[in-house]
Amino acid sequence: MTSGQYIWMQVHLALQLLALDPQGLKGVVFRARAGPVRDALLSLIHKLAGPTTKLHPNMSDEQFFGGVDVVATLANGHLTKTTGLLHRSGWFELTMAERTPLQTAARFCQALDQGLISPFVALDEGVEDETLPTLLKERLAFHFDLSELHHSETDLDLFESTEITKAALASASDMRTLTILAQSFGIYSLRAPILALNVAKANAAANVRTSVEAEDLEIGAKMVFPSRATLIPQAADDQDPPPPPEESAEETAEANKNGVSAKYLELPNELLIEAVNALLPLDFLEILKLQKSRAKTTGIGFGMQTKSKTRGRPKPPRKGKLDAQNRIDIVATLRAAAPLQTIRRSQINTNRQVLIYPDDILIKRYETRSERVIIFAVDASGSAALARLSEAKGAVELLLGQAYARRDQVALVGFRNAQADILLPPTRSLVQTKRRLAELPGGGGTPFAIGIKTAAELAQKCAAQGKTPMIVILTDGRANIALDGTHDRGTAMENAHQMARYIASLGLRSVIMDVGNRPNQALSHVARDMQARYFALPRADALCISNTVGAELYT
Amino acid sequence: MHKTFPFSAIVGQDQMKRSMILTAIDPTIGGVLVFGDRGTGKSTAVRALAALLPKIYVIDGCPINSEFAKDVPDWAQNVSKKSVQRQTPVVDLPLGVSEDRVTGALDIERALTKGEKAFQPGLLALANRGYLYIDEVNLLEDHIVDLLLDVAQSGENLVEREGLSIRHAAKFVLVGSGNPEEGELRPQLLDRFGLSVEVTSPTNIEERVSVIERRDAFERNPKRFIGKWASEEEAVRERILAARSALKSIKSPKKILRDCADLCVNLGADGLRGELTLLRAGRALAAYEGAAALERRHLSEIAQLALSHRLRRDPLDEAGSGARVQRAVCEILG
Repeated sequence: MTSGQYIWMQVHLALQLLALDPQGLKGVVFRARAGPVRDALLSLIHKLAGPTTKLHPNMSDEQFFGGVDVVATLANGHLTKTTGLLHRSGWFELTMAERTPLQTAARFCQALDQGLISPFVALDEGVEDETLPTLLKERLAFHFDLSELHHSETDLDLFESTEITKAALASASDMRTLTILAQSFGIYSLRAPILALNVAKANAAANVRTSVEAEDLEIGAKMVFPSRATLIPQAADDQDPPPPPEESAEETAEANKNGVSAKYLELPNELLIEAVNALLPLDFLEILKLQKSRAKTTGIGFGMQTKSKTRGRPKPPRKGKLDAQNRIDIVATLRAAAPLQTIRRSQINTNRQVLIYPDDILIKRYETRSERVIIFAVDASGSAALARLSEAKGAVELLLGQAYARRDQVALVGFRNAQADILLPPTRSLVQTKRRLAELPGGGGTPFAIGIKTAAELAQKCAAQGKTPMIVILTDGRANIALDGTHDRGTAMENAHQMARYIASLGLRSVIMDVGNRPNQALSHVARDMQARYFALPRADALCISNTVGAELYT
Repeated sequence: MHKTFPFSAIVGQDQMKRSMILTAIDPTIGGVLVFGDRGTGKSTAVRALAALLPKIYVIDGCPINSEFAKDVPDWAQNVSKKSVQRQTPVVDLPLGVSEDRVTGALDIERALTKGEKAFQPGLLALANRGYLYIDEVNLLEDHIVDLLLDVAQSGENLVEREGLSIRHAAKFVLVGSGNPEEGELRPQLLDRFGLSVEVTSPTNIEERVSVIERRDAFERNPKRFIGKWASEEEAVRERILAARSALKSIKSPKKILRDCADLCVNLGADGLRGELTLLRAGRALAAYEGAAALERRHLSEIAQLALSHRLRRDPLDEAGSGARVQRAVCEILG
């Protein structure tokens, strides 16, 4: 059997178990681009589930939760409400799941917690690190990546109808096994072992067993843990078996003394670990590293969400005054006015068809991405910096050209001696930037920490104005002036690390460009603390810097 | 409807449970914010609280749960004079909620069918004298947040729309939960919460196993599980009631008041709300533990809950504000 066929079998199993225990397992995430594999999957789901309720990330709350049906209410003479999609029964299918905004995902989560919308099938068509919000993904038991599957591997069809008479029971030691196993793979959320347990129970029930057996546990672990793992357990050293070493070893001994969980001891814990291990993706460690570095900065190439009155994704309309910036939502306004017509007509004598008062007016609202501000913090210290400084200046000018085309703003911070100055507040003006850049002097010590701090403060100010800041630092990283302005190499570097962690804690996106003659190891450590991308570009020229930053920003 | 998991059966998470109990003893402490990892039982705890809380007396049919007939608003209809015992209301504020649903609005059904202008109370009315719970509070729409800030501050809901002018009491304990990775809270809203708790997944294997075991037992047979924990629930409820009546007689010596002020000044906590919350929460804790007077150990136990969310972020301090509070507590209270 190929690995693709194996995955396809697992998909079958997952769907079957999901149909058995929708409340316990909640749902499944499939990662697949449009294509024959996805089509095969969908027909499989429809075969099992019948017609599904389709959800789309950009649907409005009224579609999700229902609202007053004005037309029907007027016609019927009593309040008629539309049923929200989330209140239907049967299977739910979320297409384009990777585009789900956090707010919508949170609504789905609440509905899932209330037991409303399971089984829930999320179709993730994301590319690279684009995926659906973690809070939603975490609640769904199964995660499948079908992107490597070939459509010839999907011709298997093994549905058997199983009739379940009785739910299977799990013993205390089963729960212990799964909990320990989850922890040994660095899965800290307690939802995971619960989901794995429910999978095991469902699998036992599907095989007409009344209690969970080793085989069921293995399936539970294999189907839930691999996609959630954050570490690979230490390879069992010859004799010392299970991974969270001291603790579990002690527990085992204790349990043994009490004679409680003899079964737990017999369970092939190592085998389970191996079974899960085998399913981790080959490039697991690489993926982990990537996830960590991108932990706080999803949505590359986009600004943050913000409200807008003129363009973007529609949001529910709100009451407001009509003025030059607002646009009326005519349909919503009419609907708001409809219930009041009888009252109004009885109050004033008129033969007008519709009575609309200023109170009824609803304003259109949209959500768009906010403007970005790219903050350049340029090291202007020392004579050696002079050469690089001109490169940095050139790069800023080139980027400004790009930014202008992309509606981004640029700001410039220079640091030298014991101070950092905002040489250019956020602007889009080419002329002004060129003039300020030309005036930027060089020479003196390197107050690296002060430079980072000033850039961070400027970034926070921009964020408060609803813009999305991003920091680009150009330096050789040879800091020699501390945060308080004193000359002290040790403290200066220590301060730089502190400020780097500060930037990371604010969740700001940042890039460090090492423009020294030789790559500076210490600087890459600062970058790590900052969760910044680090580029060593000795002898970088303006075009090179501009291309690199551009690639980081606009991909 | 779903059965709720018993409060006392929640494993660990003592800080979270304690802070919720404290607000049940003294609602003027002003709400709890629970921030933390995924899958740590934040929502479970809040929903469990509803079943735990002692019953309250309300006028039958009053839309704002008034205790006395004189407090029933004049727009209310079908109100009897009878006083009945009810569960303390715990109202869920879902994320997709509309402004009308929160504040209350024109009763559409009556306007459409009878042409009458009547007020239909919203969630704020329902939550009066009880709890208002917002899951994923950091994802709430801004305009709803603004609205809540105002009402939580004034304890009164004012509706001026469609020719209606309605004013009613809306005093509730705000409980919010969320995951900081999904977004920060505005400082103005943070400030409205009296206590804040940071929850993390338990790392102790035994604790984790018992979480799973209890969850499984509950899902298998909710009724039996709830029955098994009924006596524990009752014990906590009794203790809350006893603490409520003891609260008034708790003494707060001058020296302790000075300690409160010292702590807040040392930490640079904004405003006087920190001191007040510290004092109230400390007294509630003293009452819960059956002490006669507020003591230093009470303060040091709740300082982190009451103060950690009121500090300015310090760029040079990486340990987080919780650790800063602990440090100050050690320094000042010894």
